[in-house]
Amino acid sequence: MGLPISQTLAPDGELVAAHDFTPEDLRGFHRDLVLARRIDSEAFALQRHGELGLWAPMLGQEAAQIGSGRALAPNDFVFPSYREHAVAWCRGLDPALLLGLFRGTSLGGWDPAQYGYALPAIIIGAQTLHAVGYGIGLTLEGKEDAVVTYFGDGATSQGDTNEAFAWAASYHAPVVFFCQNNHYAISIPLERQTRVPIAQRAAGFGFEGVRVDGNDVLAVHQVTSEALAKARSGGGPTLIEAVTYRMGAHTTSDDPSRYRDPHEADAWAERDPLLRLRTLLERTDPGFAEFDARVQAEADELGAHLRDVCRNLPDPDLAELFEHVYADLPPELVAQREEVRSWS
Amino acid sequence: MELSIGKALNAGLRAAMDDDAKVVLMGEDIGRLGGVFRVTDGLQKDFGDQRVMDTPLAESAIVGAAVGMAYRGFRPVVEIQFDGFVYPAYDQIVNQVARLRFRSEGAVKVPLVIRIPYGGGIGAVEHHSESPEAQFVMTPGLTVVTPSNAHDAFWMMRQAIASDDPVIFLEPKQRYWDTGEVGDEAGIGLHQSRVAREGSDVTVVGYGPVVKTCLAAADEAEASLEVIDLRSLSPLDLGPVMDSVKRTGRVVVVHEAARTLGLGAELATRITQECFYSLEAPVQRVTGYDMPYPPCRVEHDHLPSVERILDAVDVTGEF
Ligand SMILES: Cc1ncc(C[n+]2csc(CCOP(=O)(O)OP(=O)(O)O)c2C)c(N)n1
Repeated sequence: MGLPISQTLAPDGELVAAHDFTPEDLRGFHRDLVLARRIDSEAFALQRHGELGLWAPMLGQEAAQIGSGRALAPNDFVFPSYREHAVAWCRGLDPALLLGLFRGTSLGGWDPAQYGYALPAIIIGAQTLHAVGYGIGLTLEGKEDAVVTYFGDGATSQGDTNEAFAWAASYHAPVVFFCQNNHYAISIPLERQTRVPIAQRAAGFGFEGVRVDGNDVLAVHQVTSEALAKARSGGGPTLIEAVTYRMGAHTTSDDPSRYRDPHEADAWAERDPLLRLRTLLERTDPGFAEFDARVQAEADELGAHLRDVCRNLPDPDLAELFEHVYADLPPELVAQREEVRSWS
Repeated sequence: MELSIGKALNAGLRAAMDDDAKVVLMGEDIGRLGGVFRVTDGLQKDFGDQRVMDTPLAESAIVGAAVGMAYRGFRPVVEIQFDGFVYPAYDQIVNQVARLRFRSEGAVKVPLVIRIPYGGGIGAVEHHSESPEAQFVMTPGLTVVTPSNAHDAFWMMRQAIASDDPVIFLEPKQRYWDTGEVGDEAGIGLHQSRVAREGSDVTVVGYGPVVKTCLAAADEAEASLEVIDLRSLSPLDLGPVMDSVKRTGRVVVVHEAARTLGLGAELATRITQECFYSLEAPVQRVTGYDMPYPPCRVEHDHLPSVERILDAVDVTGEF
């Protein structure tokens, strides 16, 4: 119904549309996809070994995140939710920084300004409004930068998200709304959230919506670049719906066998975002095998780094956390901090 | 019948649905998944998806739509998946749910139960360990209750659904897996508190998840502790508290929520007003600290512990 789904690279590794990427770009995407998948699988394993309390896997969504994340310019700003590990990777965060939240040693742990990457929003939809405000701020300052916010299909049912759409349209804010439609909000299938394709909803608010094959890193990069260029040049917001699939569980606490037909995932496995780029590169890039071996070695190193850092993340000291409740510590909190110290 | 608190709540919901076809359940992931804590496990299978509705991901809509259903004569029981996610619905709860009876001079009743797994201690990420009870207790028109054991979980759920007023039903998520005997009779009313353990030296008042901690403290204390389980936070039933304080003269109030303007503040005031001449020591509070809920690796330093309760008991003895 309605909007077509853009695609550049078909699931079988065939190019079905023109693109401007150099052979080096393609290798770069491959490297990112492989390393992103390793960050995810390593964190998943760490959770299984009791080192993390929870992990929200992104298996299957790597192309949506790398394709969009690599389209961002250094001055752009990202308001993510909790599953955007590969976007964080594109913004230059040491993936170990992501682990604190899931291990329970921090509630974030980085300065958003340093990376152009806000702290994850766990409250569904909250960050979409922050993106709009940031975008309005950019406009007021006359800046030609853009802001991107990530959210899921479930988030499109929240009031906040719909209010963000209305505001972005009203203020013509330079915001790219990037929805990863992975077809489920925990157990709830897409059909319970919307009866039209998500991208189509943008029209009702007065801006453009586009659908893209979220497992096609090239097409995602292309549509995101276009939306960002439009935002930067005063063209207002865009809603991108990246059509993808969450291959694993919602989080490590979830059991998808209770609500998903096991064969559904098989069909999506054939559309694996890593496999299709690999197929293309194996066919068209003569030195690929050697490059790929280096990337695999790099992934092993990254995995070892994550394991090492994770186990050594220090627990915070509750007494010290009082410092951050207010700019100036009120006397009552000084007293409570001393109370906590008396217990240690 | 021996049940976990989670299973007792499930049995309570099932019994209420069996009794009254107007009881409907709504919430995120409560159907096929049976809720993230499985409290509604199997209910959609047995009652169908018209009575156990998986909803879109929108808390304000869940509560707001339930108000409309109540207008139509239904008795909705809605689930808010976790404590921290109730705030998107806060406007509906405070500005609509709580006031409809009053505004309509009794013409509109809102027999709505809002179930919220609450509290910390399960090693969760942000927004999954909050204790928002005071925010609802300070809202006239709402009933706020919390069970601390399997028997109360089953019977209080039935009483809450039977109530013609909106009930905020706080489920101590840390205790979902604790088991206990569920008797055949409800016993006391939804709005009543009870003596969970008799004692003569110090009165320890708690509710929900901390009742178990208070009982553990009573096991270890040298002094004889009387433990009161409030059960109902709004309205408060302070009869058993006052009776106890008049005998012991010493009180410790325990809750997970932050200290300032937590329930302990109200309890201390009321106890001081009504038992001033019986008090041997100022009312002590053992609570969470006045900070956002901390990262879970240090939550056990934040939450009331047996040690902190015993320390407060000792303080009351120093006067
Ligand atoms: C306001 C709010 N309600 C409920 C939740 C619990 N919850 C966490 S993730 C989730 C599903 C989100 O689905 P979607 O927006 O599609 O994103 P996805 O997880 O699929 O990436 C739910 C219901 C929450 N975090 N915030």
